[in-house]
Amino acid sequence: MATYLLKRLIIAAITLVLASMVVFAVMEILPGDPARLMLGFNASADQVEQLRNQMGLNAPLVLRYLHWAGGLLSLDFGRSYTYSVPVIDLVGERVVVSLPLALIALALSTVIAIPVGVFSAGRQGRAGDTVAMGAAQLGVAVPNFWFALMLIYLFAVWLRLVPAGGFPGWGAGIWPAVKSLLLPAVALALPQAAILARVARSALIEVLNEDYIRTARAKGLPYRAVLWRHALRNAMIPVLTILGLQFAFLLAGTIIIENVFYLPGLGRLVFQAITQRDLIVVESVVMLLVAAVIAVNLLVDFSYAVVDPRLRGRQ
Amino acid sequence: MSLLQIENLSLVIGGTPILKQVELAIAPGEVVGLVGESGSGKSMTALTIMSLLPHLAQARGRVTFDGIDLLAASEDQMCALRGDDIGMVFQEPMTALNPVKTIGEQVAEGIRWHTRAGRAEAEDRARKMLDRVGLPEAKFPLSRYPHELSGGQRQRVVIAIACALKPKLLIADEPTTALDVVLQAQILDLLRDLVSENRMGLLLISHDLAVVTEMADRLTILRGGEVMEAGDTARTLSAQHHPYTRELALASMHVPARPKKHLAGSARPLLEVEGLSRDYPGRRKSLFRAAEPIRAVDDVSLTIEPAQSVALVGRSGCGKSTLARMILALDKSTAGSIRFRGETITGKSEAELKPARRDMQVVFQDPYGSFDPREKVEKLVAEPLHLLETQPSKAERRELVAHALHEVGLGPRDMDKYPHEFSGGQRQRLSIARAIITRPKLVVADEPVSALDVSIRAQILDLFAELNQKLGIAYLFITHDLTVARAMSDEVLVMHEGKIVERGRTADVLDSPRSEAAQALVAAAPDLHRAIARRMQEQG
Repeated sequence: MATYLLKRLIIAAITLVLASMVVFAVMEILPGDPARLMLGFNASADQVEQLRNQMGLNAPLVLRYLHWAGGLLSLDFGRSYTYSVPVIDLVGERVVVSLPLALIALALSTVIAIPVGVFSAGRQGRAGDTVAMGAAQLGVAVPNFWFALMLIYLFAVWLRLVPAGGFPGWGAGIWPAVKSLLLPAVALALPQAAILARVARSALIEVLNEDYIRTARAKGLPYRAVLWRHALRNAMIPVLTILGLQFAFLLAGTIIIENVFYLPGLGRLVFQAITQRDLIVVESVVMLLVAAVIAVNLLVDFSYAVVDPRLRGRQ
Repeated sequence: MSLLQIENLSLVIGGTPILKQVELAIAPGEVVGLVGESGSGKSMTALTIMSLLPHLAQARGRVTFDGIDLLAASEDQMCALRGDDIGMVFQEPMTALNPVKTIGEQVAEGIRWHTRAGRAEAEDRARKMLDRVGLPEAKFPLSRYPHELSGGQRQRVVIAIACALKPKLLIADEPTTALDVVLQAQILDLLRDLVSENRMGLLLISHDLAVVTEMADRLTILRGGEVMEAGDTARTLSAQHHPYTRELALASMHVPARPKKHLAGSARPLLEVEGLSRDYPGRRKSLFRAAEPIRAVDDVSLTIEPAQSVALVGRSGCGKSTLARMILALDKSTAGSIRFRGETITGKSEAELKPARRDMQVVFQDPYGSFDPREKVEKLVAEPLHLLETQPSKAERRELVAHALHEVGLGPRDMDKYPHEFSGGQRQRLSIARAIITRPKLVVADEPVSALDVSIRAQILDLFAELNQKLGIAYLFITHDLTVARAMSDEVLVMHEGKIVERGRTADVLDSPRSEAAQALVAAAPDLHRAIARRMQEQG
């Protein structure tokens, strides 16, 4: 077990280093001089050169990479070119919106998808399965911003249960903050739940044809007990894989939903930074997302080992 | 009174009749054998008793167990019976256990479910049951997972699950078919003991007449879903009134005619293997220490002469197949050399191996898995022709394929068919046609008949013998089945834990084995003659 975990950890660390090199290299290749950008087009060449020296932009490539990467490790991401504030502050106030949003959406998606998948697999080919998988098909096909608009119309405009958009900040109390994240989380979760339910169903159906399911039935367990006790855990590996991929998407791929609900999240920050050529912010957010994705996949790898004893090796 | 009584049972699945008027009865403490070839309805009879038939299956007739009408019983009633009064053991132990649950959980689960016992009590009973089936606590604690156990050990766990609550009836569906003969003998002994300890009825399903004869008091012979003959084992098999019973018995003991026996020492060896070893990387115990290699083949030397038929026998995992793969140059050796027709083939490049590959072909065990289902027979059988120095024209190619098909008893029209249009036996003929199309000098056959029914097996063995006589092909038969070795080989090599421990003329080795490994194999191998003789004594 320890060997497996250590191996995964080392692989994750190597991946992170390689990813940081790629991100750094891409930013180097992109056109546009940050010093020129900060000083504006009226600044003289001397002034630009002075700022370049000051920002360390004239140092050799390797040194600049090491300086940047070292900064990342101590959470010093540098200063935003456009706002002239530390990037960490900009990112920090956005993460507290995006991360809870992604987590709530992920939880919702799991809570919806697993029971639907089990329900469908247990009634393979029957009416209940057809209806559930039809709904899932619809969930995959319909774009999430349309869901978002329908949800706003139903719950915010018509029933007036939750606000239609905006984020009051965590300072306003936990419940108001969570309440304003609920609709966007549901809008994000539904298409993901639809995909996950289909994956869970097909994984379960495959497992239900295994010999050990017959052994469990021959023990006298009723079909439903066999489904929950024996089939589900074996079907978890593909489900966990998809779950890991979805978390990455939920964390970064929320630009549209954040715009629909007017939420100050990471997606919108990146979007603005790109349009304003605030490359250091883009770089930092991309690195943060890369780290998050690697961390989640590491978590997924660990959970494989929890689910499947064959990956743990001999104790 | 019978424990289980099947009367006039008919089964239809999706319009296809599977069973027709099957009759069968088992008394407490009695062992009844259900014998038949694949597709005869043996397993479906078992699943009908368990009420675990696939959807759309319709059973008619009467199945009474302990006074309960099973065909009319509700699912709840069946759940109460399964695992408590009726246990079942399946063929494939490698996949019969849930890989993510410990063996303790899996044995205790049925106990808890049926008796409402607490966890501790159920685990205690599971422990006792595992001890009983030969998995003592010291080596097999409840916390073991199935992947840490071998096939034979897993089958013991499956038996522990099935017998944990001392069922009145145990159904064992080909319980030893996937195991080697030594394990088979151990598992059969265990089942016999459990029957006599608890006066349990046992329905033993098998295609192997010798196994059933050794075990069963009475037997029922099925064919195409119908009972051909039923009665006391000894009387049925000694009288052999029914032609099908006779056919089965003859096929089980079939020895193909090979009038031209090979004379040892008559020629320069075709294949010479010297000091061959193969290491596999072992399991790493620590991240910082290299793993100890596992030696699968250990310093093996052997020779095969032209037209000689040699059997390589041994238990599963002894290194037989690894050795064969190295001879076929499909795997690299760690040490040692292989000479084929006097030329060294170890360490040669693919291009240099071409002539050797042409003269050395292979037939695998599974006739289903060894063909690409999307290709026609013509292309599949012609595959080895790319090894020829000059490529034949399209017409010549068809000619060669037609000829090879003819030699294995198939027609030229079969060329334009797909593999799925053939039966298992016919497919094995196709793989033999593919193997002989380049006129090889040596054919390596890895368990070539163990997936086939006895009657088909007899035909394929005849074919192998005929090709040996007609074309002078030498064989290396890899098998754990001593009947095949006896029927087909001039010499036998006995392999044990990577080493060749005994070599000699087939009759000598099998009649008076000297090494411990060979003795164990011979003692464990079921033998129909011997079994019938023993039954005759017991049953008069």
